[in-house]
Amino acid sequence: MSIIDSKIPEGPVAEKWTNYKAHQKLVNPANKRKLDIIVVGTGLAGASAASTLAEMGFNVLNFCIQDSPRRAHSIAAQGGINAAKNYQNDGDSVYRLFYDTVKGGDYRAREANVYRLAEVSNNIIDQCVAQGVPFAREYGGLLANRSFGGAQVSRTFYAKGQTGQQLLLGAYSSLNRQIQAGKVKSYNRYEMHDVVMIDGRARGIIAKNLVTGKFERFAAHAVVIATGGYGNTYFLSTNAMACNCSAAIAAYRKGAYFANPSYVQIHPTCIPVHGDKQSKLTLMSESLRNDGRIWVPKNIEDAKALQAGTKKGSDIPEEDRDYYLERRYPAFGNLVPRDVASRAAKERCDKGYGVNNTGLAVFLDFSEAINRLGIDVVRQRYGNLFDMYEEITDVNPGELAKEINGVKYYNPMMIFPAIHYTMGGIWVDYELQTSVKGLFAIGECNFSDHGANRLGASALMQGLADGYFVLPYTIQNYLSDQITVPRFSTDAPEFIETEKACIEAQKALLKNPKGKDGKSVDSIHKELGHIMWEYVGMGRNKAGLEKALVELKRVRKEFEEELFVPGVEEGMNNELDKAFRLKDFILMGELIANDALHREESCGGHFREEHQTEEGEAKRNDENFFYVGCWNYQGDDDKAPELIKEPLVYEAIKVQTRNYKN
Amino acid sequence: MAEKNITVTLRVWRQANAKAKGEFKDYKVTSTTDTSFLETLDILNEDLVSKGEEPITFDHDCREGICGMCSLYINGHPHGPATLATTCQLYMRRFKDGEVITVEPWRSAAFPVIKDLMVDRNAFDKIQQAGGYVSFNCGGAQDANAIPIPKEKADLAMDAATCVGCGACVAACKNGSAMLFVSAKVSQFALLPQGKAEAARRAKAMVAKMDELGFGNCTNTRACEAECPKGISISNIARLNREFLVAKLKD
Ligand SMILES: Cc1cc2nc3c(=O)[nH]c(=O)nc-3n(C[C@H](O)[C@H](O)[C@H](O)COP(=O)(O)OP(=O)(O)OC[C@H]3O[C@@H](n4cnc5c(N)ncnc54)[C@H](O)[C@@H]3O)c2cc1C
Ligand code: SF4
Ligand code: FES
Repeated sequence: MSIIDSKIPEGPVAEKWTNYKAHQKLVNPANKRKLDIIVVGTGLAGASAASTLAEMGFNVLNFCIQDSPRRAHSIAAQGGINAAKNYQNDGDSVYRLFYDTVKGGDYRAREANVYRLAEVSNNIIDQCVAQGVPFAREYGGLLANRSFGGAQVSRTFYAKGQTGQQLLLGAYSSLNRQIQAGKVKSYNRYEMHDVVMIDGRARGIIAKNLVTGKFERFAAHAVVIATGGYGNTYFLSTNAMACNCSAAIAAYRKGAYFANPSYVQIHPTCIPVHGDKQSKLTLMSESLRNDGRIWVPKNIEDAKALQAGTKKGSDIPEEDRDYYLERRYPAFGNLVPRDVASRAAKERCDKGYGVNNTGLAVFLDFSEAINRLGIDVVRQRYGNLFDMYEEITDVNPGELAKEINGVKYYNPMMIFPAIHYTMGGIWVDYELQTSVKGLFAIGECNFSDHGANRLGASALMQGLADGYFVLPYTIQNYLSDQITVPRFSTDAPEFIETEKACIEAQKALLKNPKGKDGKSVDSIHKELGHIMWEYVGMGRNKAGLEKALVELKRVRKEFEEELFVPGVEEGMNNELDKAFRLKDFILMGELIANDALHREESCGGHFREEHQTEEGEAKRNDENFFYVGCWNYQGDDDKAPELIKEPLVYEAIKVQTRNYKN
Repeated sequence: MAEKNITVTLRVWRQANAKAKGEFKDYKVTSTTDTSFLETLDILNEDLVSKGEEPITFDHDCREGICGMCSLYINGHPHGPATLATTCQLYMRRFKDGEVITVEPWRSAAFPVIKDLMVDRNAFDKIQQAGGYVSFNCGGAQDANAIPIPKEKADLAMDAATCVGCGACVAACKNGSAMLFVSAKVSQFALLPQGKAEAARRAKAMVAKMDELGFGNCTNTRACEAECPKGISISNIARLNREFLVAKLKD
């Protein structure tokens, strides 16, 4: 059995990072110029790492699928980014952010990593302001904050409903400066297909030029993947269309452990699914829960009328509404963490209280806020989200709908949980290095800091922490003894062979055993998504997961025997590129289901119906599952992976049952 | 409004690659009023694949109006008939049953067609690389609240920074000018103390790059402002011109 070394530094949790930095090995400036680093991905994690490494003097090769680094999926983040600045003087501190994140993650994160994250959170805000990121400000000219789920302080910094956009454009601007300086070479519309290994170390990648259709070889002293999460395994999610898990799966196939794949986040406030032609789901930012109240009717008759379309939300007066989050969780109310809010919505809908024609929706209502603050103030806070909602659903949530007994009721939004974020990912040690030497993983694609559930506004924080402030230091500890290693030739046999395997895999996808009578990529992907949502979604149980694994095998067979991909290898072929990604999503689905089946407990985003309290809350099993579950590939997609456990060690925080009630 | 079926003819520009000669092709497709325009293209593409034909290539990613990846010149308008919306935010309820909808790529010398409706907007990145940043290295920043910034200034900078880099302004302009795009970035930084020091140099470098890359001159037709999905104001162009003049005077 393989052993695991997480390389957590000595000392009390608050001193670990300082100690590490004091003792790590560094690379001197003259030597940095001799070292090349590949960074795959230009999201918050990739762009910040690429620019910072280049500023330090390394040569960086930076890849993305989109036509410009600025369009990475991070651009779509709406709500905000956390930091422990305590500008509001509401009792925030590094320790409190650390504590909230560990608790929010249901005590399944690595303590030392989370503390470091909280520590550097403040540097991120300073860095971004210096870059010219236009964060929201108060009239006095100082930075404004809002609240997010799972916290009782106001520590979220934001730029309207476009925080991810502004942070990414900030990182993109720094990246551009380094491209101009010749320190970063930027490869857009390129997709990484494999990692090239020489003598047990990652020494380069094979990437496909999506315009010419040709595979190309790239060598470097270290490879960093920053390729985002695997939410699109479920077909429908809030992720962008090109989000995929192929780079992570390529790393996994080369020996990088995949950690905690079953920890998938289902976000409570998304626009409900509509019809079978839908291509993705739209998130309504968590910030709406600052002022929006979530409810379903108290009376089942009202719910039935809503489902039949004979009543509207605004027809139901205050006394007949069940604000179930406020009822069940008085201390946090509408601001409970995402997993808790999502499950509570499912519970109500399962009981028949859903509010739309499918019975799979709840209301998010702004009437109280509009009556209290006036529509202008509410629109100033959420106007762009209201507009987005209206454009999609044709309903304006700010519109006065009815007055009952002198109380004004506005159109509520309808929302439902949807796949949003993946806490699991490539396993990394404290230095963000995977179990493959020379291969690093940062941002959403690693498993690091969020345990079994991520708090709102913490992914942006983690991506930028990894890219600006952690990896640029820790990677030097690896590179310090690589300075004498000369550049590798991309004509080395390892490069040629790996490229050959990519070309063959591509030919196999174009075989089209059934010709055009076969199935399209999207139709198979939808099947996959359906199985995942049904059996590996919000509520999981043994029988369902076993069934999912059988079904997933069937889907894999269907993919092999019935897939139809039109077009040729040469030139741009979107369908072909999607087929490559789907192949890996299927393997990913199996990983998620296997992990979920093995983890006989409920924690954070992983809810096993067999393991709940009488009140329907998640029941952890710390005695048997207080570890990171790492899956080790066994050389073949058909072979069951080996489970390796990284035990969790908590020194600073007492492990407790999560409580958001009082 | 209740959801209804809608059948339209899409007159789509098909072009195999950058060098090939393109042509319009008509496709009939049935969708619903609550389905988005891009999802209607998905439906058509699934149909084409089932017939063994190659689907239509177009750029898209976030499908919620923020990444700037989607383009499309629909019925004579970049991003179609809706105002303040990108193509991915366009829903079929905007069209009439039976309508013929013409769908073209961005047409601009600086944005060559790659395939079908997909164009190469690399020129925009090159303009940003010429000066769209604050020269500052990670690690040395002072406290974020050390310099208060008046809310009005910060809000104006934010409005300019909202540009998604889609290129609709260029596609809308009869001269193919990129001034709205360039002015948005120059304005964001010129309005903030962090970017002020380099403002003039930045304006000059970015405008020079824009000229070099074959974008046309701005003759104040305001077509860009009318078609910009993010409502970027042409007052930004005035600010760019001021910064540009300052830079020239310094020379
Ligand atoms: C709608 C939405 C709203 C969100 N809002 C918030 C929020 O308010 N606050 C918060 O903290 N978090 C939020 N999140 C989560 C957060 O946005 C993401 O977790 C984070 O941005 C991920 O950043 P990243 O850099 O790891 O990856 P991404 O931004 O996903 O970037 C991935 C990069 O990798 C590239 N790539 C992928 N595969 C390959 C390959 N094979 N070859 C080459 N390149 C590849 C892509 O082109 C891209 O450049 C939100 C997420 C969504 C979906
Ligand atoms: S200015 Fe408007 S139209 Fe032009 S690139 Fe920016 S967002 Fe698009
Ligand atoms: S697809 Fe992202 S803006 Fe349209």
